[in-house]
Amino acid sequence: MKSDSTLALQVSNLTKRFDEVIAVDDISFQVNKGELFGFLGPNGAGKTTTINMLTGLARLDAGKIYIGGIDCTRNPKAAQHLTGVVPDESNLYPELSGFDNLCFCAALYGINKIERQTRARELLETFSLTEAADRKFAGYSKGMKRKLTFAAGIIHQPPILFLDEPTTGIDVASARQVRQIIASLHRKGTTIFLTTHYIEEAERLCERIAFIVNGKIVQIDRTSDLLQPVKGKHVIILSVSNSGDGLTIEMASAFPQYQFQIPTPDQIRIESTEPVNVGPLVRFLEERNIQVTEARRHVPSLEDVFVQVTGIEAGLMHREKEKAGGGGNQ
Amino acid sequence: MKSWIAFSSIFVKDMRAYYLKPPNISWGIIFPLAWTGMFFIRSGLGVENVLQLLPGVVTISILFGTTSLLSVTLTFERRNRSFDRLLLAPISLELLMLAKTSGAILFGIVNALVPIVIAAFLTDMSGIAWSLVVPAIILIGIVSTFLGLFISVSASEVFEAQTFSNFFRFPMMFLCGLFFPILSLPMFIRWLSFILPVTYGVDILHGAINGEHIMSFTLDFIIIGAFCVVLFLLSLRNVKRKWIA
Repeated sequence: MKSDSTLALQVSNLTKRFDEVIAVDDISFQVNKGELFGFLGPNGAGKTTTINMLTGLARLDAGKIYIGGIDCTRNPKAAQHLTGVVPDESNLYPELSGFDNLCFCAALYGINKIERQTRARELLETFSLTEAADRKFAGYSKGMKRKLTFAAGIIHQPPILFLDEPTTGIDVASARQVRQIIASLHRKGTTIFLTTHYIEEAERLCERIAFIVNGKIVQIDRTSDLLQPVKGKHVIILSVSNSGDGLTIEMASAFPQYQFQIPTPDQIRIESTEPVNVGPLVRFLEERNIQVTEARRHVPSLEDVFVQVTGIEAGLMHREKEKAGGGGNQ
Repeated sequence: MKSWIAFSSIFVKDMRAYYLKPPNISWGIIFPLAWTGMFFIRSGLGVENVLQLLPGVVTISILFGTTSLLSVTLTFERRNRSFDRLLLAPISLELLMLAKTSGAILFGIVNALVPIVIAAFLTDMSGIAWSLVVPAIILIGIVSTFLGLFISVSASEVFEAQTFSNFFRFPMMFLCGLFFPILSLPMFIRWLSFILPVTYGVDILHGAINGEHIMSFTLDFIIIGAFCVVLFLLSLRNVKRKWIA
């Protein structure tokens, strides 16, 4: 792979092993300057390990990394002046106040005292943390910690920003605010590499997305192109008393124009390229003593594509989202 | 200039967050005082002989002052991942680790001043070769700090760092000639004294304060300097191998 200074990030054949486990398995991708690139996958897929290798916090076992045209394979420090990182955990100094934490992080990039104080005040304002500026970081709420960690990652105004699960575990309002700031940074030309397991977040924010599962990239494309296969599809979800065995086969033979799936025993998913006529379906089920309690239209999204491509049930990602307790979806 | 801003900020942050906390300041004063008093009473010497104890008390103040906090704070920062923030900054690992250790070195040197100031009130110190004492104190501060650094980058938990620290520190109190002359130790353990870095600093202090030393000052300075370099390089190697894994 040749270095290309027009690209923000070039990665080829990146591999990382932890003993017998291959955490990242021969992945390659490029990120254009000014692009918002999403790295989407379940927990343990290799997202954080990839970011750690890209930012110099982990050694790579194989592969090449160029950041802004600079070869970082041998010397991860070479491009650190170009990058900012918002890690998946809030890792500022509990003993320092919010303001002092930001000033300290700016100083690490050689920013002079007046400039770093100005920027710290501006960022505290942007993240609605001005009132908490003089409070110790240890006393911040989880959402405030995430926001200050985000601010610390951008205080030196890096042209390339790595965001590792930026909205995980924070309240709805904070998550919305963080997403607005991500969009604003993107509009101003910052290249953003975003890892997330919130499918809706990736769909809403990213221009291109890579699906990563078990350390491998299984699909990489523009978000609009990824959504192409599900565009124009009509999906109806029926909530039923009990679907029973063999129902899909029976329904498929009675309604060959539709495709049927039973994701859970109390739900039937009907897919079609044409609008679905619900009346005959409800009658068909009621004749078999299956009560239909609700019929609702489902707009196909990136989640459907993700499930199709990766084979990972959507429920798993939802459970992870719930476990993280975050406002990623709102 | 940019590296200097980063270096000084790390130093100032560590001083404010760790070393200038009231419990640590009081530790820095009370601990040397307690040691001085304890050995002075145990020795049965008169006030005029306090200089005989000074090299040992100065060294032990530096050793405990430097290693106690550094080994804990570094391991703590590693555990809560705030150390990652430093690793992400565009400064070399060498400069970063020097910045992280400079606070401990200064704290150790300041600790050494406590018994010296006390001794100044008790006895005549005009015969002391300060041109040897000052660099010896600085070198003992550096070598003790780098020993603490080496211990903390070898440990993954705070309690491990504390245990390792004590594993090194307490034998040093008896083997480095702090309070018992090395030549009075049994032959079968005497060799241990010579593989401990502090031994050479203590030898300089004994020579400069009481005129009794077992090696030439030049050799002492060369060996303790070499220990500083080796411990620092080993620590860097461990950071690269273990913390950037």
